[in-house]
Amino acid sequence: MRSASRILSLTILGFVLIAFGIGSGLMATSAQAGEVPLPKPAKAFKGEQCVEPTDVMRRNHFEFLKHQRDETLREGIRGNKYSLNECIDCHAVTSPDVAGGKVRTLKPFCAECHSYAAVSIDCFQCHSGAAQPGIGSQSALPADHADKALVAALEKHLNTGAKQ
Amino acid sequence: MNAVDTSRRNLLKGGAAAAIVTLAPGVTLQTVQAAVTGPATNAKRWGMLIDANAPEGVWDLAVDACKAEQGWGKDEKDANPATDPQWIRKVSIKDPKTGAKASLPVMCQHCANPPCVDVCPTGASMKREDGIVLVDKHICIGCRYCMMACPYSCRSFVHEDVHGQRPHMPRGKGTVESCTMCVHRVDKGQKPACVEALNKAGSNAIMFGDLNDPNSEISRAVSKYVTQRIRADLGVEPGVHYRGI
Repeated sequence: MRSASRILSLTILGFVLIAFGIGSGLMATSAQAGEVPLPKPAKAFKGEQCVEPTDVMRRNHFEFLKHQRDETLREGIRGNKYSLNECIDCHAVTSPDVAGGKVRTLKPFCAECHSYAAVSIDCFQCHSGAAQPGIGSQSALPADHADKALVAALEKHLNTGAKQ
Repeated sequence: MNAVDTSRRNLLKGGAAAAIVTLAPGVTLQTVQAAVTGPATNAKRWGMLIDANAPEGVWDLAVDACKAEQGWGKDEKDANPATDPQWIRKVSIKDPKTGAKASLPVMCQHCANPPCVDVCPTGASMKREDGIVLVDKHICIGCRYCMMACPYSCRSFVHEDVHGQRPHMPRGKGTVESCTMCVHRVDKGQKPACVEALNKAGSNAIMFGDLNDPNSEISRAVSKYVTQRIRADLGVEPGVHYRGI
Protein backbone atom coordinates (compact mmCIF):
# COMPACT_ATOMS: atom_id res chain seq x y z
CA MET A 1 0.00 0.00 0.00
CA ARG A 2 2.79 2.30 0.89
CA SER A 3 4.54 1.46 -2.35
CA ALA A 4 1.37 2.16 -4.37
CA SER A 5 1.00 5.63 -2.90
CA ARG A 6 4.66 6.19 -3.53
CA ILE A 7 4.24 5.27 -7.21
CA LEU A 8 1.25 7.60 -7.42
CA SER A 9 3.14 10.50 -5.90
CA LEU A 10 6.08 9.89 -8.21
CA THR A 11 3.76 9.77 -11.21
CA ILE A 12 2.19 13.07 -10.19
CA LEU A 13 5.61 14.58 -9.72
CA GLY A 14 6.58 13.29 -13.17
CA PHE A 15 3.49 14.89 -14.75
CA VAL A 16 4.22 18.16 -13.03
CA LEU A 17 7.79 18.10 -14.25
CA ILE A 18 6.75 17.28 -17.82
CA ALA A 19 4.10 19.98 -17.76
CA PHE A 20 6.62 22.48 -16.45
CA GLY A 21 9.09 21.45 -19.14
CA ILE A 22 6.54 21.90 -21.92
CA GLY A 23 5.41 25.18 -20.46
CA SER A 24 8.92 26.59 -20.21
CA GLY A 25 9.63 25.31 -23.72
CA LEU A 26 6.63 27.19 -25.01
CA MET A 27 7.74 30.29 -23.16
CA ALA A 28 11.22 30.02 -24.68
CA THR A 29 9.73 29.65 -28.16
CA SER A 30 7.55 32.69 -27.73
CA ALA A 31 10.53 34.70 -26.39
CA GLN A 32 12.62 33.75 -29.41
CA ALA A 33 9.87 34.83 -31.75
CA GLY A 34 9.97 38.32 -30.23
CA GLU A 35 13.76 38.72 -30.52
CA VAL A 36 15.51 41.00 -32.96
CA PRO A 37 16.73 38.87 -35.88
CA LEU A 38 20.46 38.13 -35.95
CA PRO A 39 22.47 40.46 -38.19
CA LYS A 40 23.44 39.25 -41.63
CA PRO A 41 26.37 41.40 -42.79
CA ALA A 42 26.76 41.52 -46.55
CA LYS A 43 29.33 39.28 -48.19
CA ALA A 44 32.56 40.97 -49.26
CA PHE A 45 32.66 42.51 -52.71
CA LYS A 46 35.98 40.82 -53.35
CA GLY A 47 38.44 38.55 -51.58
CA GLU A 48 37.93 35.44 -49.50
CA GLN A 49 40.23 36.28 -46.61
CA CYS A 50 40.37 39.47 -44.52
CA VAL A 51 43.62 40.77 -43.03
CA GLU A 52 42.89 38.72 -39.89
CA PRO A 53 40.62 35.71 -39.27
CA THR A 54 36.94 36.58 -39.17
CA ASP A 55 36.49 36.01 -35.41
CA VAL A 56 39.46 38.28 -34.64
CA MET A 57 38.12 40.99 -36.93
CA ARG A 58 34.64 40.76 -35.36
CA ARG A 59 36.05 41.28 -31.89
CA ASN A 60 38.88 43.71 -32.55
CA HIS A 61 38.35 45.65 -35.77
CA PHE A 62 37.70 48.90 -33.88
CA GLU A 63 40.93 48.54 -31.89
CA PHE A 64 42.92 47.91 -35.07
CA LEU A 65 41.37 50.91 -36.80
CA LYS A 66 41.78 53.20 -33.81
CA HIS A 67 45.46 52.37 -33.33
CA GLN A 68 46.22 52.75 -36.98
CA ARG A 69 44.33 56.02 -37.34
CA ASP A 70 46.53 57.59 -34.64
CA GLU A 71 49.69 56.24 -36.23
CA THR A 72 48.69 57.49 -39.65
CA LEU A 73 47.42 60.92 -38.69
CA ARG A 74 49.84 61.84 -35.93
CA GLU A 75 53.02 60.02 -36.93
CA GLY A 76 52.60 59.81 -40.68
CA ILE A 77 53.00 56.02 -40.89
CA ARG A 78 51.20 54.86 -44.00
CA GLY A 79 50.61 51.56 -45.74
CA ASN A 80 49.95 49.48 -42.63
CA LYS A 81 47.57 46.61 -42.73
CA TYR A 82 44.42 47.89 -40.99
CA SER A 83 43.12 50.56 -43.29
CA LEU A 84 39.59 51.89 -43.39
CA ASN A 85 39.97 52.49 -47.10
CA GLU A 86 40.82 48.83 -47.55
CA CYS A 87 37.63 47.96 -45.65
CA ILE A 88 35.76 49.98 -48.25
CA ASP A 89 37.73 48.44 -51.10
CA CYS A 90 36.61 44.91 -50.23
CA HIS A 91 33.44 45.25 -48.19
CA ALA A 92 31.54 48.08 -49.88
CA VAL A 93 28.60 46.55 -51.75
CA THR A 94 25.58 47.90 -53.53
CA SER A 95 22.22 47.83 -51.80
CA PRO A 96 18.81 48.97 -53.00
CA ASP A 97 18.51 51.00 -49.75
CA VAL A 98 21.52 53.22 -50.54
CA ALA A 99 21.36 55.61 -53.53
CA GLY A 100 19.15 53.18 -55.44
CA GLY A 101 21.93 50.57 -55.64
CA LYS A 102 24.14 52.82 -57.78
CA VAL A 103 27.13 53.13 -55.45
CA ARG A 104 29.05 50.58 -53.43
CA THR A 105 28.95 51.53 -49.73
CA LEU A 106 29.79 49.90 -46.42
CA LYS A 107 26.30 50.35 -45.02
CA PRO A 108 25.02 46.82 -45.80
CA PHE A 109 28.13 45.44 -44.08
CA CYS A 110 28.80 47.66 -41.04
CA ALA A 111 25.33 48.87 -40.16
CA GLU A 112 23.91 45.32 -39.87
CA CYS A 113 25.83 44.42 -36.71
CA HIS A 114 26.14 47.99 -35.44
CA SER A 115 22.39 48.47 -35.32
CA TYR A 116 21.92 45.01 -33.76
CA ALA A 117 24.47 45.75 -31.02
CA ALA A 118 23.36 49.40 -30.64
CA VAL A 119 26.81 50.72 -31.56
CA SER A 120 26.45 54.46 -31.93
CA ILE A 121 29.82 55.28 -33.53
CA ASP A 122 29.55 55.96 -37.21
CA CYS A 123 32.82 56.38 -39.11
CA PHE A 124 30.93 57.47 -42.18
CA GLN A 125 29.51 60.72 -40.95
CA CYS A 126 32.93 62.07 -41.88
CA HIS A 127 34.76 59.35 -43.81
CA SER A 128 33.50 58.57 -47.25
CA GLY A 129 31.95 55.10 -47.04
CA ALA A 130 31.51 54.93 -50.79
CA ALA A 131 33.88 53.15 -53.12
CA GLN A 132 35.56 55.78 -55.30
CA PRO A 133 38.32 55.72 -57.86
CA GLY A 134 41.68 55.46 -56.15
CA ILE A 135 40.36 54.21 -52.84
CA GLY A 136 42.40 51.01 -52.92
CA SER A 137 45.60 52.86 -53.75
CA GLN A 138 45.47 54.85 -50.52
CA SER A 139 47.21 52.04 -48.72
CA ALA A 140 48.42 48.59 -49.64
CA LEU A 141 47.07 45.22 -48.68
CA PRO A 142 49.47 42.97 -46.76
CA ALA A 143 51.97 41.25 -49.00
CA ASP A 144 50.45 37.80 -48.57
CA HIS A 145 46.84 38.89 -49.01
CA ALA A 146 46.41 37.39 -52.48
CA ASP A 147 48.00 34.13 -51.33
CA LYS A 148 45.75 33.97 -48.28
CA ALA A 149 42.73 34.55 -50.46
CA LEU A 150 43.87 31.76 -52.78
CA VAL A 151 44.46 29.37 -49.87
CA ALA A 152 41.08 30.23 -48.34
CA ALA A 153 39.35 29.59 -51.66
CA LEU A 154 41.16 26.26 -52.08
CA GLU A 155 40.38 25.25 -48.49
CA LYS A 156 36.75 26.00 -49.04
CA HIS A 157 36.83 23.95 -52.21
CA LEU A 158 38.58 21.04 -50.47
CA ASN A 159 36.15 21.14 -47.55
CA THR A 160 33.08 21.09 -49.74
CA GLY A 161 34.68 18.34 -51.83
CA ALA A 162 35.36 16.23 -48.72
CA LYS A 163 31.78 16.53 -47.54
CA GLN A 164 30.30 15.28 -50.80
CA MET B 1 39.40 15.55 -42.90
CA ASN B 2 41.76 12.75 -43.89
CA ALA B 3 45.56 12.77 -43.77
CA VAL B 4 46.04 13.43 -47.47
CA ASP B 5 43.92 16.58 -47.42
CA THR B 6 45.68 17.91 -44.32
CA SER B 7 49.12 17.56 -45.83
CA ARG B 8 47.93 19.24 -49.00
CA ARG B 9 46.56 22.12 -46.99
CA ASN B 10 49.75 22.41 -44.97
CA LEU B 11 51.75 22.44 -48.17
CA LEU B 12 49.60 25.24 -49.50
CA LYS B 13 49.77 27.15 -46.22
CA GLY B 14 53.55 26.81 -46.15
CA GLY B 15 53.73 28.08 -49.70
CA ALA B 16 51.61 31.08 -48.82
CA ALA B 17 54.25 32.43 -46.46
CA ALA B 18 56.50 33.23 -49.42
CA ALA B 19 55.77 36.16 -51.65
CA ILE B 20 55.64 33.85 -54.66
CA VAL B 21 53.28 30.88 -54.78
CA THR B 22 53.84 28.11 -57.29
CA LEU B 23 50.42 27.25 -58.68
CA ALA B 24 51.72 24.67 -61.17
CA PRO B 25 55.14 23.96 -62.67
CA GLY B 26 56.09 27.11 -64.50
CA VAL B 27 53.08 29.08 -63.25
CA THR B 28 53.67 31.36 -60.28
CA LEU B 29 51.67 34.01 -58.50
CA GLN B 30 53.72 36.98 -57.46
CA THR B 31 52.28 39.49 -55.03
CA VAL B 32 53.20 43.13 -54.66
CA GLN B 33 55.00 43.94 -51.42
CA ALA B 34 53.08 46.38 -49.24
CA ALA B 35 55.13 49.51 -48.71
CA VAL B 36 54.92 50.91 -45.20
CA THR B 37 56.24 54.47 -45.10
CA GLY B 38 56.98 56.82 -42.23
CA PRO B 39 56.98 57.84 -39.50
CA ALA B 40 57.50 61.48 -40.36
CA THR B 41 60.63 62.84 -38.70
CA ASN B 42 61.99 66.29 -37.96
CA ALA B 43 64.81 65.68 -40.44
CA LYS B 44 62.43 67.34 -42.88
CA ARG B 45 60.67 70.69 -42.59
CA TRP B 46 58.12 71.07 -45.31
CA GLY B 47 57.59 74.60 -46.51
CA MET B 48 56.38 76.74 -49.37
CA LEU B 49 57.62 79.80 -51.18
CA ILE B 50 54.90 81.91 -52.80
CA ASP B 51 55.74 84.53 -55.41
CA ALA B 52 53.25 87.37 -54.98
CA ASN B 53 54.43 88.94 -58.24
CA ALA B 54 53.03 86.05 -60.28
CA PRO B 55 50.10 86.84 -62.59
CA GLU B 56 46.95 87.18 -60.50
CA GLY B 57 45.05 84.49 -62.45
CA VAL B 58 47.19 81.64 -61.18
CA TRP B 59 45.82 81.85 -57.65
CA ASP B 60 42.35 80.86 -58.83
CA LEU B 61 43.94 77.73 -60.28
CA ALA B 62 45.47 76.97 -56.90
CA VAL B 63 42.20 77.50 -55.02
CA ASP B 64 40.24 75.35 -57.48
CA ALA B 65 42.86 72.59 -57.30
CA CYS B 66 42.61 72.61 -53.49
CA LYS B 67 38.81 72.39 -53.62
CA ALA B 68 38.93 69.49 -56.06
CA GLU B 69 41.62 67.62 -54.14
CA GLN B 70 40.20 68.02 -50.65
CA GLY B 71 36.50 68.15 -51.48
CA TRP B 72 35.59 71.47 -49.83
CA GLY B 73 33.56 74.28 -51.36
CA LYS B 74 30.96 71.98 -52.89
CA ASP B 75 28.22 72.61 -50.38
CA GLU B 76 28.38 76.38 -50.72
CA LYS B 77 24.78 76.68 -51.82
CA ASP B 78 23.73 75.61 -48.31
CA ALA B 79 26.40 77.56 -46.48
CA ASN B 80 26.42 81.05 -45.08
CA PRO B 81 29.04 82.88 -47.18
CA ALA B 82 30.38 84.49 -44.00
CA THR B 83 31.20 81.13 -42.46
CA ASP B 84 31.81 78.69 -45.31
CA PRO B 85 35.07 76.72 -45.08
CA GLN B 86 38.07 78.24 -46.82
CA TRP B 87 41.25 76.20 -46.79
CA ILE B 88 43.04 78.64 -49.08
CA ARG B 89 41.94 82.09 -50.15
CA LYS B 90 43.12 84.75 -52.53
CA VAL B 91 43.91 88.00 -50.73
CA SER B 92 44.40 91.29 -52.60
CA ILE B 93 46.68 93.89 -51.07
CA LYS B 94 47.42 97.49 -52.00
CA ASP B 95 50.05 99.87 -50.78
CA PRO B 96 48.05 103.04 -50.03
CA LYS B 97 51.05 105.31 -50.59
CA THR B 98 52.32 104.00 -53.90
CA GLY B 99 49.15 102.34 -55.16
CA ALA B 100 51.04 99.11 -55.88
CA LYS B 101 48.74 96.11 -55.92
CA ALA B 102 49.37 92.45 -55.49
CA SER B 103 47.39 89.35 -54.72
CA LEU B 104 48.54 86.29 -52.93
CA PRO B 105 47.12 83.05 -51.61
CA VAL B 106 46.90 82.65 -47.84
CA MET B 107 46.44 79.27 -46.24
CA CYS B 108 47.64 77.59 -43.04
CA GLN B 109 51.19 78.84 -42.62
CA HIS B 110 52.31 75.63 -40.87
CA CYS B 111 54.06 77.48 -38.05
CA ALA B 112 56.94 75.96 -36.12
CA ASN B 113 55.37 77.43 -32.95
CA PRO B 114 51.69 77.12 -33.81
CA PRO B 115 49.35 79.10 -31.51
CA CYS B 116 46.45 76.84 -32.57
CA VAL B 117 48.25 73.87 -30.98
CA ASP B 118 48.97 75.84 -27.80
CA VAL B 119 45.33 76.66 -27.14
CA CYS B 120 43.68 73.38 -28.12
CA PRO B 121 42.01 71.89 -25.01
CA THR B 122 41.89 68.30 -26.35
CA GLY B 123 45.16 67.94 -28.26
CA ALA B 124 43.29 67.69 -31.56
CA SER B 125 45.24 70.59 -33.05
CA MET B 126 48.69 69.16 -33.61
CA LYS B 127 51.98 69.55 -35.42
CA ARG B 128 53.62 66.59 -37.11
CA GLU B 129 57.34 66.01 -36.70
CA ASP B 130 57.96 67.32 -40.21
CA GLY B 131 56.24 70.63 -39.45
CA ILE B 132 52.82 70.01 -40.98
CA VAL B 133 50.06 71.37 -38.73
CA LEU B 134 46.88 69.30 -38.71
CA VAL B 135 43.57 68.87 -36.90
CA ASP B 136 42.85 65.39 -35.51
CA LYS B 137 39.13 65.53 -36.20
CA HIS B 138 38.56 62.33 -34.24
CA ILE B 139 39.08 64.28 -31.02
CA CYS B 140 38.22 67.84 -32.15
CA ILE B 141 35.26 69.08 -30.11
CA GLY B 142 34.65 72.12 -32.31
CA CYS B 143 35.34 74.74 -29.64
CA ARG B 144 37.08 77.00 -32.20
CA TYR B 145 39.76 78.28 -29.82
CA CYS B 146 42.30 77.55 -32.56
CA MET B 147 40.40 79.76 -34.98
CA MET B 148 40.69 82.65 -32.54
CA ALA B 149 44.33 81.92 -31.84
CA CYS B 150 45.42 81.72 -35.49
CA PRO B 151 46.97 85.07 -36.52
CA TYR B 152 46.23 84.28 -40.17
CA SER B 153 42.52 83.30 -39.85
CA CYS B 154 43.33 80.13 -41.69
CA ARG B 155 41.13 77.69 -39.87
CA SER B 156 37.49 77.09 -40.76
CA PHE B 157 34.67 75.55 -38.80
CA VAL B 158 32.30 73.26 -40.66
CA HIS B 159 28.81 74.59 -39.96
CA GLU B 160 26.85 72.51 -42.46
CA ASP B 161 26.46 68.84 -43.29
CA VAL B 162 29.19 67.65 -45.62
CA HIS B 163 28.65 65.37 -48.59
CA GLY B 164 30.92 63.62 -51.03
CA GLN B 165 34.12 63.57 -48.98
CA ARG B 166 37.26 62.40 -50.71
CA PRO B 167 38.61 59.02 -49.51
CA HIS B 168 41.76 60.59 -48.06
CA MET B 169 40.07 63.59 -46.47
CA PRO B 170 37.28 62.87 -44.01
CA ARG B 171 35.31 66.02 -43.18
CA GLY B 172 32.40 66.49 -40.84
CA LYS B 173 30.09 69.07 -39.34
CA GLY B 174 31.24 70.37 -35.96
CA THR B 175 34.99 70.13 -36.51
CA VAL B 176 37.65 72.63 -37.50
CA GLU B 177 39.73 72.14 -40.61
CA SER B 178 42.46 73.86 -42.58
CA CYS B 179 45.14 73.32 -45.23
CA THR B 180 46.91 70.00 -44.60
CA MET B 181 49.72 70.81 -47.06
CA CYS B 182 48.21 67.79 -48.86
CA VAL B 183 49.83 65.52 -46.30
CA HIS B 184 48.41 62.43 -48.01
CA ARG B 185 50.25 63.38 -51.20
CA VAL B 186 53.43 64.51 -49.47
CA ASP B 187 53.69 61.15 -47.69
CA LYS B 188 53.60 59.48 -51.10
CA GLY B 189 56.39 61.72 -52.39
CA GLN B 190 54.09 63.98 -54.40
CA LYS B 191 53.64 67.75 -54.29
CA PRO B 192 50.56 69.46 -52.85
CA ALA B 193 47.65 69.77 -55.27
CA CYS B 194 47.93 73.59 -55.61
CA VAL B 195 51.62 73.35 -56.48
CA GLU B 196 51.03 70.60 -59.00
CA ALA B 197 48.16 72.51 -60.64
CA LEU B 198 50.38 75.60 -61.08
CA ASN B 199 53.25 73.49 -62.41
CA LYS B 200 50.91 71.95 -64.96
CA ALA B 201 49.93 75.44 -66.07
CA GLY B 202 53.63 76.26 -66.47
CA SER B 203 53.89 78.40 -63.35
CA ASN B 204 56.28 78.05 -60.46
CA ALA B 205 54.45 80.62 -58.35
CA ILE B 206 54.22 78.25 -55.39
CA MET B 207 57.34 76.28 -54.64
CA PHE B 208 57.15 73.32 -52.29
CA GLY B 209 59.98 71.43 -50.63
CA ASP B 210 62.11 70.60 -47.64
CA LEU B 211 63.48 73.73 -45.94
CA ASN B 212 65.95 71.60 -43.96
CA ASP B 213 67.65 70.27 -47.10
CA PRO B 214 70.16 72.94 -48.23
CA ASN B 215 70.15 71.53 -51.78
CA SER B 216 66.38 71.58 -52.29
CA GLU B 217 64.96 74.04 -54.81
CA ILE B 218 63.06 75.92 -52.12
CA SER B 219 66.08 76.23 -49.80
CA ARG B 220 68.22 77.63 -52.61
CA ALA B 221 65.45 80.09 -53.55
CA VAL B 222 64.95 81.19 -49.95
CA SER B 223 68.69 81.75 -49.54
CA LYS B 224 68.95 83.63 -52.86
CA TYR B 225 65.97 86.00 -52.69
CA VAL B 226 64.73 88.22 -49.91
CA THR B 227 61.52 86.64 -48.64
CA GLN B 228 59.03 87.61 -45.99
CA ARG B 229 56.76 85.69 -43.75
CA ILE B 230 53.46 87.29 -42.82
CA ARG B 231 53.55 88.77 -39.30
CA ALA B 232 57.07 87.44 -38.74
CA ASP B 233 57.13 89.69 -35.65
CA LEU B 234 54.87 87.23 -33.84
CA GLY B 235 57.65 84.66 -33.67
CA VAL B 236 55.48 81.76 -34.76
CA GLU B 237 58.02 80.83 -37.48
CA PRO B 238 55.68 80.05 -40.39
CA GLY B 239 56.75 77.46 -42.95
CA VAL B 240 55.23 79.50 -45.77
CA HIS B 241 57.48 82.21 -47.24
CA TYR B 242 56.41 85.00 -49.60
CA ARG B 243 58.27 86.99 -52.21
CA GLY B 244 57.18 90.44 -53.33
CA ILE B 245 55.01 91.60 -50.47
